[in-house]
Amino acid sequence: MLTTFLQKVLTEADYQPFRLLGMLRKVQAQYQHIPPEAIDSLAEALNIPRTQIIAVVEFYSFLHLTPQGRYDILISNSITDQMLGNDQIISYLSSTLNVKLGEVRDDGLVSLNHTSCSGMCDQGPAGLINGYPLPRLDPPKIDRIVALIEQQTPLTEWPPELFHVEEIIHKPGLLLTQAFNNGDALHATFTRGLAETLAEADLSNLRGRGGAGFKTALKWRTCSQQAATPRYVICNADEGEPGTFKDRMLLDLYADQVFEGMTVCAAIIGSNQGLLYLRGEYLFLYEKLLDVLQQRREQGLLGTNILGRAGFDFDIEIRMGAGAYICGEASAQIESLEGKPGIPRTKPPNSVMCGYQRKPTVVDNVETFLASTHIAIHGGQWFADIGTPQSTGTKLLSISGDCARPGIYEYPFGVSIREILQDCGASDVMGVQVGGPSGTFISNRELDRVLAFEDLSSAGSFMVFNSTRNIFDIARNFTDFFAHESCGFCTPCRVGTSLLKQQLHKIIDGHGSAADLEELSELCLVVRNNSHCGLGESAANPILTTLASYPDLYLKQLKHQEFSPGFDLDATLNVARRMAQRDDPSAHLMQVEN
Amino acid sequence: MSGTLTIDDQIIPFSDGQTIIEAARTAGVYIPHLCHRPGYSPHGSCKLCTVFVNGRQCSACTFPAADGQKVISTNEDMQQDRLRITQMLFVEGNHFCPSCEKSGNCQLQGVAYHLNMLDNHFPHFYAQREMDASHPDILIDHNRCIFCNLCVRASRDKDGKNVFAIAGRGINKRLIINSPTGKLKDSDISMDDCAAHVCPTGAILIKHTGYQVPIGERIYDHQPISQVACDTEADHDE
Repeated sequence: MLTTFLQKVLTEADYQPFRLLGMLRKVQAQYQHIPPEAIDSLAEALNIPRTQIIAVVEFYSFLHLTPQGRYDILISNSITDQMLGNDQIISYLSSTLNVKLGEVRDDGLVSLNHTSCSGMCDQGPAGLINGYPLPRLDPPKIDRIVALIEQQTPLTEWPPELFHVEEIIHKPGLLLTQAFNNGDALHATFTRGLAETLAEADLSNLRGRGGAGFKTALKWRTCSQQAATPRYVICNADEGEPGTFKDRMLLDLYADQVFEGMTVCAAIIGSNQGLLYLRGEYLFLYEKLLDVLQQRREQGLLGTNILGRAGFDFDIEIRMGAGAYICGEASAQIESLEGKPGIPRTKPPNSVMCGYQRKPTVVDNVETFLASTHIAIHGGQWFADIGTPQSTGTKLLSISGDCARPGIYEYPFGVSIREILQDCGASDVMGVQVGGPSGTFISNRELDRVLAFEDLSSAGSFMVFNSTRNIFDIARNFTDFFAHESCGFCTPCRVGTSLLKQQLHKIIDGHGSAADLEELSELCLVVRNNSHCGLGESAANPILTTLASYPDLYLKQLKHQEFSPGFDLDATLNVARRMAQRDDPSAHLMQVEN
Repeated sequence: MSGTLTIDDQIIPFSDGQTIIEAARTAGVYIPHLCHRPGYSPHGSCKLCTVFVNGRQCSACTFPAADGQKVISTNEDMQQDRLRITQMLFVEGNHFCPSCEKSGNCQLQGVAYHLNMLDNHFPHFYAQREMDASHPDILIDHNRCIFCNLCVRASRDKDGKNVFAIAGRGINKRLIINSPTGKLKDSDISMDDCAAHVCPTGAILIKHTGYQVPIGERIYDHQPISQVACDTEADHDE
């Protein structure tokens, strides 16, 4: 049975080792884990070491070496889901399904676990079941889900509204309101000329929307000038930054405009193959996007001789991630696309010169391609007239947290945080996390700062916290997130993020002294200054920026003594107390006699 | 491209294709490192060799040397960061130098002495790691693995075997062995493989040879690693 199944999976993947992740996703979906026999068979059929397969399985959160439940439930652990009561959701699921968090029920029917942000912070508390979204979870909805699970109803027969993800656009702007017909940008590009269209992209001063803000036209030009072929276009749809979901909306509602941007890029850089790296959490979009691609082929917008232009061949393949935030980093994504763990590559060389399959590659964000489409149609000046000189055009924001109207907003760059907060109906604001955990926390004293690469940059995440929130819950959630998502390649991030977590918990749990706070600050800088990639460089941001905004709260949290040991003697005696079946006062030890 | 670069005010030449650390080694300038070894493809993961190049931090073992480059390798802050990174490696695994056969020949220990490391500074992780003593000639003590990837590269690039790989993510990284049982005895490693001898710590040891060179007469017992590294780490291809 397994053999037949693997044959099918291998054939569908054309026996290409770089499609390993996709193959493993199918095995996981079928068998709830990757059985040892599957590892052996795939290693042999693909002619790769079995260790590569094990390394991949262990790297991605959605793949497992041991069986998960036939209904595998994951509850998002994003801070906004936490604020919306994901703990109560987990408790309720746990008691009604009789399964503990992090475990598989004895009969193997169901498993329950946490997952990093599932990309539905505007409709939390949210989760995933066998990879499909479960937004707006509440007890009545859980009762229905539990009944369906206990009756062992296949997911395909569940009421579709249980999985329905709403795309809530509160403020469409320049890009989201443009009229568009399929092919408009390609016609405009061919009419104007490729070099001229690249010049328009240059004039637009469009900068990458994934966060780093590298100038798009420069990336495309450099790639087009590389001697090596083939060249590749990759659309990065791995928006794993907690709190962001605007790429979900774009691929759900504006997929044609994104694919057209990729095709314009392909024409300019001379590429025949595009890849869309879709984050595993967006499985629900997969079939829909395949249909869009098929329609575009039928419309002559993909495939050979696109729009009748002899020799312009380009097509797009969708590959899915499997639960690894780090794969949003371009070079880690390329490793993942090659069927490996998503470990960021060493630079130089950068991916523009040496990317996918070691060939010249453009990796751009979903929103960047959308903007490119409209720049190709309307020209660079049209775009450059909006925003600020250094940050032209508009930015899509995914707004979540303490506000009346969470959802998608499109703003010209340069807009103040105060204005955004007014629009989304936020009051009594304590602070805002701009750009997700890797971005910046600002306090309510800094609301006149502006959204722009030169001030507060964001890949799309915008989380609002009101004065009822505890700053330490936020810092802890984000710090734990980075420790969980660190790929573990380099020492400062692998060990450092776990040390940051321990040290922050020590202070939050009331065991910190002044020396501990000093130690925490020092550790932040070691991790930030020595890490291999952007994850490690930003892993300390939640602590550094909350500490800068609210130093008094951290100081209040400290014990008034110079030293406090990290080792909790009394907690360690728990085992002894349990074995001796006593819990009287003399079975306890004070850590430090005050 | 060839020419000269400056490391901490010392002008040194480099030849085509050399990284900063290789140019430095050729000139006898020591930059602390653990995952790097001459003749092996650069990895850049331990981050001990982090230097400033024209004001930017990068790994000397992966960054190409260039004419006129200004490299700062040794100042107080950088040595302090290197000390902290070394301490991270010590608390991540379980390193007990007094009972380790590698003591005196261990690069991790050598670097720690070089950086004047007097304590572990950070709380220990007390990681649960296993030993694999299944192979008749080669011992693996996972407690001492620092994920430098040298055995992985040695087996793949030098021995053409792929005996080792690093699996897991974040703090749960682990060294795994390419055999049906996951045990070393069932892999195709052999005593004369580079992978059996390349480990900078005591994670991979050759059996039946323990203490043939007594403690006190070992590589770093009389001279610090900074004095001997440039000579003892002979280029595998040389």
